[in-house]
Formats: sequence, structure tokens, C-alpha cells
Amino acid sequence: MAKILMKGNEAIALAAIKGGVDAFYGYPITPQNEVPEYLSKHLIANGKVFLQAESEVSAINMVYGAAGAGARVMTSSSSPGIALKQEGISYIAAAELPCVIVSVMRGGPGLGGIQPSQADYYQATRGGGNGDYQLICYAPESIQETIDTMKGAFDTADFYRNPVLVLVDGLIGQMMESVDFDRPVKQRILLEKSWATNGTKNHPGSRNIANSLHLDPVKLEEHNIHLQKKYKLIKQNETQVEMIHMDDPDYVIVAYGTMARICRSAISMLNEKGIKVGMIRPITIWPFPEQAFDQIPSTCKGILCCELSMGQMLDDVLIANNGRHKVGFFGRSGGMVPDPEEIVDAIVNFKDKVVK
Amino acid sequence: MRSAVNVKVAGFGGQGVMMFGQILAYSATKDGINGLWFPSYGPETRGGTANCSVIVSEETINSPVFKNANHCIIFNLPSLDKFRSNVETNGLILYNSSLIEEKVNEPNLTCVGVPINDIAIELGNAKVANMVMMGAYLELTHLFSDKTILAIIEKILGEKKADLVEINVKAIEAGKQYIQQQGVVYAA
Repeated sequence: MAKILMKGNEAIALAAIKGGVDAFYGYPITPQNEVPEYLSKHLIANGKVFLQAESEVSAINMVYGAAGAGARVMTSSSSPGIALKQEGISYIAAAELPCVIVSVMRGGPGLGGIQPSQADYYQATRGGGNGDYQLICYAPESIQETIDTMKGAFDTADFYRNPVLVLVDGLIGQMMESVDFDRPVKQRILLEKSWATNGTKNHPGSRNIANSLHLDPVKLEEHNIHLQKKYKLIKQNETQVEMIHMDDPDYVIVAYGTMARICRSAISMLNEKGIKVGMIRPITIWPFPEQAFDQIPSTCKGILCCELSMGQMLDDVLIANNGRHKVGFFGRSGGMVPDPEEIVDAIVNFKDKVVK
Repeated sequence: MRSAVNVKVAGFGGQGVMMFGQILAYSATKDGINGLWFPSYGPETRGGTANCSVIVSEETINSPVFKNANHCIIFNLPSLDKFRSNVETNGLILYNSSLIEEKVNEPNLTCVGVPINDIAIELGNAKVANMVMMGAYLELTHLFSDKTILAIIEKILGEKKADLVEINVKAIEAGKQYIQQQGVVYAA
């Protein structure tokens, strides 16, 4: 199919339909409102479920219920809304139910603003909810990559029986790009959902229960060990990263999402100045591509972590770097988006940016 | 065409600024190259200035944001003040001389004023001022063919508003003619 021009939020919605979404539950918030708007038009018309709940808390618990019943279900929101959903997300992860959550980040903390941000990295990767759980977290850099991610997200969630979080900033939600919806999706062999709480027809005499309460500490620890085994498997199989110009770079930038694209332009400008800069671009931020840092040559003068936040992924960069190279940080926040020239300056003046 | 063209379009909300930018991005997509459009969104668009950024490129588009535009399309005075200093050397400022009395002149830039409101009113529909601007822009840059632009306008207006295609095409023609009459040349 020829490319079409589409707004990021609408593309998320259409890609979810192509990925096989059965039901959407959500509550409005800028800058992601075109996701539910698009789905409200197209899901009901095609015999699927669209429901605007009375609150984010309600919406995520509807997701919990529908996921328990075996449906391919999603919700979307933006930063303060995702914050409200955290309790439900923890329950869904604990009950090992698959779902897709889209977070279109805006400036924070609190109600913050409505302009693009990446200040919810901690929320996405460290768990805003309680307990030892993880979400499989994708951080695409373009509308095309967001589409490709969304199309496969329901399969990934079903495969691991785990929530998948697709994390983009408000710019990806609000902008329009030329995109192709017919790119191939990773094929996965998916089993019947024998665990689904959809009646006893398929398993007469026994009941399925979706639950996150385990009062017996022995059982709860066993459950946690089981979850950790699953997370280890996800780390092995699902970590995604793009390595850019990593042959003998003077400096290495680490950036994801829109920031990575801004850095791509900055890297071209730096190359023209004779400064060789590579980039590690995490596509999954959990699992974080730690092993990519082993490929940074010892001659590299430093790593610059760039974010639309005050420094959150920086923690993972410091852990992955493990003291090998100097690490610097460049960040903008509150909805301010830097132009490539600012990244160029940060590399040129790297010594002023060093944090460790 | 050059590898990438960065365009900033700015004016009051309601002047067709966003639509102007979207038509460029739609046209790029139709021509099989890459288009990127993003709006200023939020409270500053209510009653104040609205602007959008467009990138048209044969190559993959990296940064969606840019410091300086190659082409700056200005619909009102506040937008001129805001963006006139962020234009790349050898760039273009195309402005609405119906609302901007100043004869704009910036070193190393081509500055062209077009009285788009007056021309649109003369055509009988004040709402097509943005398409007068589009005609002037295309005449100066030759970024897209008439065929591509017409296809996009027909698609945007759809069957319900098909009767408006004619006036929009007329507006584009009028914008082109104005540039020809002025004898201004920007790009081949």
C-alpha cells in the first residue's frame, strides 16, 4: 500500500485495530484524545467495544476485567491519567493478564502541562504501582515505528500474559507523518487462553480465577519467583535497540523517542564539524538494552544521555555503563523541546554536562 | 528538489494556517516522498497566534523540530515578529501584506508580500485567503505540481464540499498570477 499521512494518535488507534483490539476503555486527556476519538468511531461500528469510563481508575479496572475474560483489550492516557491507573496496572501484572496501555507523555509533575515530555520513564520502567512487577515497555521514535509496535503489541501481551506499555511523547501523538500500515509484524504462536474467566463451558467442573491476592507468604513468594522467571525470559527475547554510527565514535548519545530523532539530526551536524558521534537508541526501555553498552569502544570520550526530562533514563545509563566511561546529561522539561543545535552544543561542551 | 525543506506557517487561529501546512504534508505523501506536520497545540492557540511546522523531504526525516525554517509563511503581524529572525540564509519569508503594512526586508532572505485578504475578497470568498497564499508559495518554490495540489484539495473538501473546489483553485491561480505580475523569482 502507498504511504498515507496520518496523525500519531489516530495511527495508534488504527494500528490497534489492525493488531486485533477487541475492546477499549479510557477517559479523555490531552494530548492523546484522538486515540479514543478514532476508536469510538470505528470499534462500535465493527461490533467491538468502546467505552468512555467515568474515570481513569474505572477504565483500567474495566481493562482488568476484559483481559481476565480473554479479550484483547487496551487503554490509553497521558501522564496524570496513567498515574491514576497504576493500581490497576499492578493488579493486571500480578494476575498475569495481557493488555496494551498507551501513554502519550506530557509535562509534569502533577497536572503539569500538555506539551511533549519524557518525564514518565520512571513511571513506565520502575512501576508506578506496588510490588515486583514489570511492563514490557516500548518507546518508539516515529509514527511509523509506533504503528509497527502497536500492531504487534497485543500478540506480545498475549504471548507473555503481561501488560505491554507503548510510551510516546506528545509530539508523536500530535504530529502527522507519511506512514505505511502494511509492514510485516513478528509472528508469534499463541496458545488458547485456557486461563480466561469466560465461563466453564471449556472446562466443566473447574473454575478459572483472575486474582492478585495471595495471603500465604509462601505462595506469594512462589508467585514472585515465577514472575521473575518470566521477566528474565522477556529480557532475553524482547530487548530491542538500534545502534547508530557505533564504529569508533568520539562520543555516544543515548536517547529514545522524539529525542532520538532530534539527536539523529544533531549527529549529522556534528559529523560535519568532524566530531564522530554514535547513538544507542533503546526501542524497549524495559527491558533496557544494557548489553549495547559493551560495544562502546574504550577510546570513547563520553556518553551523553539526552531526555525530555530532568534525568530518569540516566539511572539506567549509569547502571549499564558501570563506571567505564564519563556520563553526561542533557535534558529539557515541562514541554520544552530542544532543536538539534542544542544537542550539538551539549556534545561540544561535554565537560560541562558530566554528571559522573 | 533539495533534500529537505523546513516550513513554518503562522498566523491567527482561523486563517487556515494549519490547513496550509497539512496540504504541504499531504502533497509530499502523495508524491511518494516524506511529509511531516506538527501543530502548536494548547492554550496559546486560543485567540492568539497559531502555527505549524512542516518538513518535506525525499529522505527519511530525522528531527521533527528545527531551529530555522527555509520557508516562513506569515499570515499576520504577531507571527512576523515571532518568526522573522528564525529563517535560514537564502530562505523565504512570504507574508500577508493585507495585514502587514511594513515592507519586510531581511538580509540574505527573499521577502515577498501578497495581499491575500484583498485578493480573496475580490474573488468573492474571504475564506480562501490561505489558498491565495498557497498559489503564491507554489509559484515561488515549485514545490508541488498543480495536479498534486488539486488532488489533495479535492480529497480534503470531499463530496460534501465539492462545490468549493472551484473557488479554491481560482484562489491558487490568483496567488500565482500576483507573483508573476510582480516579477518576483525565488527558486527554479
